[in-house]
Order: sequence, then structure tokens, then C-alpha cells
Amino acid sequence: MREYTPKDDVQKKAYYTDRFYVSPQVPKSPVESDEVFAADLAAIKAKFEVTDAYIQVEQMVVFIKPEDNFGVLELMKEELEYTQLSELSAIDWIAKENRFEIFYQMLSMNKRKRIRVKMFIENGQAVNSVEKLFRSADWSEREMFDMFGIEANGHPFMKRILMPYDWQGSPLLKTYPLQGDEFAAWYEVDKIYGKESRDIIGPEIRDTARVDRYDSQRFARLGHEVPKGTKITGNEPKNEQNYQEDGGVFMVKKFDKKDSVVIDDPQR
Amino acid sequence: MAQVKNRLNPFFENITFDREDNEMILNFGPQHPSAHGQLRLMLHLQQEQITKAHPDIGYLHRGMEKMAENMIYNEFMPTTDRMDYIASSSNNYGFALAVEKLVGLEVPRRAKVIRMMLLEINRLMSHLFWLATTALDIGAMTVFLFAFREREYLMDIIEGYCGARLTHAAIRIGGVPLDIQDSFITQLRVFLDKLPQNIKDYEDLLNTNRIWLMRMEEVGIVSTEMALSWGCTGPMLRASGVQWDIRKEEPYELYDEVEFNVPWSDKGDNFARYRIYMEEMRESAKILYQTITMYQKCVKDGQTELMAHSPKYISAPKLDIMTQNYSLMQHFVLVTQGMRPPVGEVYVATESPKGELGFYINSQGGPYPYRLKLRAPSFWHTGILTDLLPGHYIPDVVSIIGTTNIVFGEVDR
Repeated sequence: MREYTPKDDVQKKAYYTDRFYVSPQVPKSPVESDEVFAADLAAIKAKFEVTDAYIQVEQMVVFIKPEDNFGVLELMKEELEYTQLSELSAIDWIAKENRFEIFYQMLSMNKRKRIRVKMFIENGQAVNSVEKLFRSADWSEREMFDMFGIEANGHPFMKRILMPYDWQGSPLLKTYPLQGDEFAAWYEVDKIYGKESRDIIGPEIRDTARVDRYDSQRFARLGHEVPKGTKITGNEPKNEQNYQEDGGVFMVKKFDKKDSVVIDDPQR
Repeated sequence: MAQVKNRLNPFFENITFDREDNEMILNFGPQHPSAHGQLRLMLHLQQEQITKAHPDIGYLHRGMEKMAENMIYNEFMPTTDRMDYIASSSNNYGFALAVEKLVGLEVPRRAKVIRMMLLEINRLMSHLFWLATTALDIGAMTVFLFAFREREYLMDIIEGYCGARLTHAAIRIGGVPLDIQDSFITQLRVFLDKLPQNIKDYEDLLNTNRIWLMRMEEVGIVSTEMALSWGCTGPMLRASGVQWDIRKEEPYELYDEVEFNVPWSDKGDNFARYRIYMEEMRESAKILYQTITMYQKCVKDGQTELMAHSPKYISAPKLDIMTQNYSLMQHFVLVTQGMRPPVGEVYVATESPKGELGFYINSQGGPYPYRLKLRAPSFWHTGILTDLLPGHYIPDVVSIIGTTNIVFGEVDR
């Protein structure tokens, strides 16, 4: 029987992990250890529900309810001086928990502090757009929609941004293969030449390391070249290729210390 | 080969005339030479004035975030070169620092000094490139030739260090792979000694130039609110009245030990941005002089370490690998399987020549990042064109795109 491979996460996996390997954790410290963060968290907690909060690598992480995202960001911008939304994106946890994690990376220039506001949404759920607060969310929410298919309610122009408008599929989902799916393989052929040319042109090959032994027109037989246009029947003439120097490889037969250079500095 | 008929209509697809309200829609790019890459702008025009601008990006999208999820950490390093390919060591550094923070590595001092040298050389290269291309777009061919000449010297120095001119991959997670070559400091000094005169030459050509001033002064004004709201960083933000430089405010490496100023302006127009780029070049030169002294002190103190010592994550020095069995085994595992950082996440921002370059890494303890988000400054500096261009005239478009200093490897990633 063939080994079962999960279809819900087709990203590359470690091919070997020690049975007894326990991965360490990046240390988390309580919010109380930093005065500024503690005050900010208290201000957020006074108005909104906070499910979890901690400090990790000098930045506070706050988990909120997905329906509060606009309110929390508004509070942070208007009252807590977090004037810039540096980044906004999602993490795909569909394979494990059937949900997405969304993070908003906030920056306060007056306090010199960064907070990451996070929330979980169900697969298929939309988020509230924060574009009214931060114009930068205009493009990042479009990117999130493009890459994960997460829609933002109230966004003025919810269209794909990096991929073509008529693209199908969300490239950053864990179910989407790195080389692209069936749609991706035929996209350009269909668009430029039409579906009827599929048989003539063939699908787009995205595997750069592919070797096609029957193709003697292009570079597909790299390392096994034959004259251009040779019909490959299986018994094609072998092309002798020698990459070695004339007279064989240079070998040190007798080590002569006098003529050699001793490297003292190991960094050199 | 025979001609194959295709479905793309090549004729007049770029221009639409709408007779009803006299509005013209002009397609600027994606192959426009002054769009600094693959930028397509759809401009709605009333006569020569822009009423609506719609930047369309994605022509250079390679899916780097997806690629990162399928690569071990060290494997991803050369890919970061292809983001901001004008100053690729800055990208290498941003990624290396993020992983180091995630893992908790302490980089040796000598490596830190070399990294700072590389970063500032990259900043100079990027700013010189910016000056050259922007001046060329506006028609100043001489400045283009001058600035490219100086950039060439820097690229030679970098080439001597890492063998590449554009895609350096000169920084490793945990340090730097090599010490600087013997001629590095001499060459750098020669360059730095000439730089003030060179910058003065550019300024003499541009500062009072009528055409330059027409395209720069009072054109493309970005207000402070707009810059903050659009997530602008770097020179774009500093030209709009916010004195914010991550090197100064959240110092990394040894930036807290060197002395430099952060130039800023409250004008917000193209000219302010131009002046900031010029001043930043002078500040970078100042930092480079100081790093030379710091490097020489490292040599004198006998600090030869270039990579962090952390056998679990970083390969041992070459000497150990070649002589000690266990180091060789660890090196083999780290190269074939990759390091496995602890479970957790990190967002690290560095000041790249274009602005805040951030790497968000979510690690689940595996050798591949679970999620990696690249926060590239140019992405938002392109987005701001939506709000910045309306009201301006066609000839200003090129100068505004020029001063935003966008690079499409970084916008599309």
C-alpha cells in the first residue's frame, strides 16, 4: 500500500525528526514586566475582551475577539499613540484547527514600542476592514484576500493585488502546492492562445530541475546532449563528455613542506 | 518557427478615449523605463491633470513567502537578495537578524562591525542609484553618469568581498562567512575621502537647476498624517516631518556606539526627499569612517570570531569541521536538514535604505518556517501613489515615482 500523505498541508516536511526531539520555546514574559505595555494592556482590557497577552522578543502580543478588531485598533491609534500599522496578514491553521490567525503589527513612535494584535477567525469568515483607520490596510487587506481568500468587510476595492484578477485559488494556503495547481499550469496557455491550443503547447512546466530525455530541441537533456533534433528512440548514440583535464586529475604524490604555504589564520 | 496567432490585441490597447466627459485613461507602464520596474499605473486624466490613479502591481511576483515555507532557513538567504536588489545585503541582514532574535544568538563583535560596513555601503549604493535614476528620469544625464561611476567603485569593493555585485548573500545567520579582504579598508578610504566632493558636484548640478527645481519643489507633498497612515517609513517619512530612524530609535548591531544624525524635513515634497537622500549619504560616510576605526580595534584586540558559537544552530568553524568528527556530523545535519529554531514568533524591523524592512517569522519548531511575512517598505510607498498623484500633472508623475524610491523586487516579492 502506498504511504498516506495528508492533502490539507502540502508544504515541505522535515524528512526525519528524532522520536525524542522536543523543540524548545521562544521565552515569553508576563506583560507586568514592562510598565508601558502593562498600561496599554490595561487600557485595552477596560473596553475589550482580551483572551491572552504576553511579551515575546521585546514585543507585546495581545489576543482579541475578531469582532473587536476595528475598536481595538481605533483605541490604540487615538488614545495609546500607536500611530502606524506596519503590517497585517494571516496564518493558515486550517489543517490543524480549521481557522486562520490574523495579526496586526502596530508601532508607536512616541513610546518606541511595538504591539502585535492577534485574533482567530473561522475558515470562511470575513474580518472588519481597518482601512478607515489606516490607509496602509487598503493594500495589505487586498494582499491577504489575494493570498488567503479572507475578505475584509467595508473595504472599498476588494480585488486581488499581486495575482491576476481572474486567478483561481489562494497561493499561500497550505493546501496550495508550491509548483502551482492544475489551473496555474494552463493559465497562460488558455489566456494567450486559447483552450484549443492545449494539445499543441502543453502545460507550463514549473519544475526548473526537470529533465526530458525525449526533448532534443531545447536544453532539457542537460548533461546528456545530443545533436539538435535527434530522434530519441531509446538507443540514441552516446555523446562522450569528459570534464577532466588532459592527463588526468592533478594529484599530490609527494608532499613537499618547503614549497607549501601554511595557513595560520583559520578564518582565511 | 511559424507565426502563431495569439489572442492578445497589440494595437492601441494602451489608450482609451472617452468622448462623453473628456476623460482620458492612460496606461503608464508596465514597461515604462521611468517606472523603476514593472509598475503599471492607470491614470484618469482631465487634460494634463490626474484625477485618479490606480497602481497595478504583481508583474514581478515570485511568491517568496511561499518559497520560504518550503526552504530551510539558510537556503532562503540568497532568495532575500532578490527583494531589494539594489541593496541586497540589507535584506540578507534583516532576515539574519530575525532568525538570530528567534533563536537567541549573540553575534561576535568583529562580525557586527563587518555587517555594519556592508549595510552602510549598501545604503550608499542604493542612494547613489536612486540619485542616478531619478536625475536621469528628469533629464540630468550627467548626474546619472557621475553617480553610477561612484556606485561602481562600491560594487567593486563588495565584489572583492563576496564575489557578487548585486546579489551579495554576504551575511549568514549568526555572523558573516568571511573576514574583509586586505584591500577593503584602503579602497573604502579612497572612496570615502572623495565622496564629499562628489556629493558637492551632484548638488552643484542640481540644487539651483531650474528644471530640477520645477519638478521637485512643492511637488508630491506628503503630509505627516498621510505618511503615518500609509505606513511610510525611511526617507519618505523623514521628509514628512517625523524624525524616525530605526537605527537610532531601536538600535541594532553597534549603531548605538556610532555617532550620526538623522536628517529630516517638514516640507514633505520631492525636494525635501532629495535633500534627505543627499544628507543620508554624508551620514553613512560618517558611520563608515567610525566602523573602520572599530574594525581596526577588533583586529588589535585579537577578536577573530566571525560566526556565533551555537552548535545546535550554527555550523562550527571550518577548522573544527575538518578536524573534529562531531563538528562534521553537526555540520552535515545543519546543511542537509537545516536548523530547527524554537517554537515561537518574531517580528524584527531594520532600517533598509528604503525604509522599515520587517521580517515576521512564525516557527513551529520545524526546519521550515511555518509562516514568513516580508514587510517591504516599497509596497506602501507604491500604495501611497493612489492618494498622492491625483491633482498633479503628467510630468510630475515621473518625478514623484522617482522620489518614492520604489524597487519592484520588493513590492511584488
